[in-house]
Amino acid sequence: MAGVWVYAEVTSDGGVDTAALEILTKARTLGGELAAVALGPGASAAAGRLGEHGAATVYASDDEVFADYVAQPAAHALHHLVEKHAPELILFATNYDSRDIAGRLSAKTGSPLMSNATDLLGLDRARTAVAGGATLVDVALEGSPRLVLVRPKSFKAEPSGGAAELVPVDVDVPGELRLAKRVERHEAAASGPRLEDAGVVLAGGRGLGEAGNFKLLDELASLIPNAAVGATRAVVDAGWVPYAYQIGQTGKAVKPDVYIAAGISGATQHIVGMKGAKRVVAINKDDDAPIFQMADFGVVGDALKVLEQLIDEVRSRTGGAP
Amino acid sequence: MKHVPDPNLPVELDGGRLRRDGVQCVLDPGDEFGVEAGLRLVEEHGGEVTLVSMGPPAAAEAIKRGLSMGAHRGLLISDDALAGADALATATVLAAALGGRDFDLIIAGVESTDGYTGTMPSTLAELLGLPQLTFATSLSVTGSSVRVDRQSPDGYQVVECPLPALVTVTAGVNEPRYPSFKGIMAAKKKPMEELALGDLAVELDVRQKVVQVTQAEERRAGQVVAADGDTAGRIADLLAEAKVI
Repeated sequence: MAGVWVYAEVTSDGGVDTAALEILTKARTLGGELAAVALGPGASAAAGRLGEHGAATVYASDDEVFADYVAQPAAHALHHLVEKHAPELILFATNYDSRDIAGRLSAKTGSPLMSNATDLLGLDRARTAVAGGATLVDVALEGSPRLVLVRPKSFKAEPSGGAAELVPVDVDVPGELRLAKRVERHEAAASGPRLEDAGVVLAGGRGLGEAGNFKLLDELASLIPNAAVGATRAVVDAGWVPYAYQIGQTGKAVKPDVYIAAGISGATQHIVGMKGAKRVVAINKDDDAPIFQMADFGVVGDALKVLEQLIDEVRSRTGGAP
Repeated sequence: MKHVPDPNLPVELDGGRLRRDGVQCVLDPGDEFGVEAGLRLVEEHGGEVTLVSMGPPAAAEAIKRGLSMGAHRGLLISDDALAGADALATATVLAAALGGRDFDLIIAGVESTDGYTGTMPSTLAELLGLPQLTFATSLSVTGSSVRVDRQSPDGYQVVECPLPALVTVTAGVNEPRYPSFKGIMAAKKKPMEELALGDLAVELDVRQKVVQVTQAEERRAGQVVAADGDTAGRIADLLAEAKVI
């Protein structure tokens, strides 16, 4: 039976990247024998969650080397597993580390690697969206294993109640692959709901004028339950807010009930990260801004003034409590 | 570096691929940050910046743009047989062209502005046996090692490795310079090497192909109004309808 694998990023406390659970959920429908690969501290502890979402087997190693060094050890271990078990299809989430690992594995196995898939159509076929999501392109992949990077939030994660067999990965990572070393981490889990899980996303772009004006979005978020603040790549690159705020192709994908875009023009880069929102409100002073093409309610005007009024309005309706 | 359809113009498609013929192309804006990063490193440490591109003959224009910013020489790999090359094929060709040459660092953009694939650099690093430092928002070289701040989902990590290595840079790693008039004139005299597929010992086998193209159901634009005294109330109504307040 064809082997389908999902590479799952894990955290040291046994947490699993939500995108891996989304992909597992979809992969259950493709047929084939489903397995997950988890590498680094927390991998064995993550096997339960991975099994619940459909992995019959979890190949896991808790070795620190996978967390300490970028990409090379993980690609080496995956290659070792591929040679031993010969899966047909390996799925990754389009995340920072997975992208690097998949790129390396493609070179090791000579495998075709498709990026930015938004749907999986079969064991040898996947779909991507181009031109800001307006055009869907189906791609057929040949050879084995075939590698596909899937955009987070393409599917909804749903447990199936299974349990996985845990298979320890026993692979020696040679010294010459221990080169790109993580020496410091500056990562803080933001307070409040995570951007990718928030029910309401308040996002700001260049049109907010300056970094300090993001405090309006923070204030509005404090009044709305399960609301989080995000940003475009342009303002993240400009240093207004941390990278963790970035929504879009290179940032996070969000799928909230309501998305409020304040001072955002709507570049393709950004749109692909938020087009799954149920309702979109856009506020921009330029009535030609592409964001209005996809907004349920568009306001042409000064985003700062509208936000100030909206803060007062929401505060008066809710009594100031989130 | 890559010569791409001008990202400020509407996207034109041809059978699910970006149309490049007859479309205004520019040096990928993301690659300008890579050129600038290279120039700053040689200004600080000495050495030369060589610009490498694979693409149609017109991609020489992208290289010229970088040469006019101050890079020293160009290398263009161009061959009709390379049209439609995927990330693995591109990395294979670049690895064949660069293997055996003397370099300390390969710098690339995180992803191209047209394809957004984002995997070619790491595939190239693997083929050349180099470590990779990706998503760099700052970059420095000390002695024989390179150190970057690398974007991560919740902040950034500091990652370092010995040279030679491959680095991908984000927009924001620096502020790319504009070519000066003097730079533009000087670029015309800078060496440009051209290679075809026959000059490289590679076999290409592209194993992914577009089989169907369909139009997505477009999200329809709703109402667009000018801001007035009712605006905040109407947005709040929408929040209430969505049951989020």
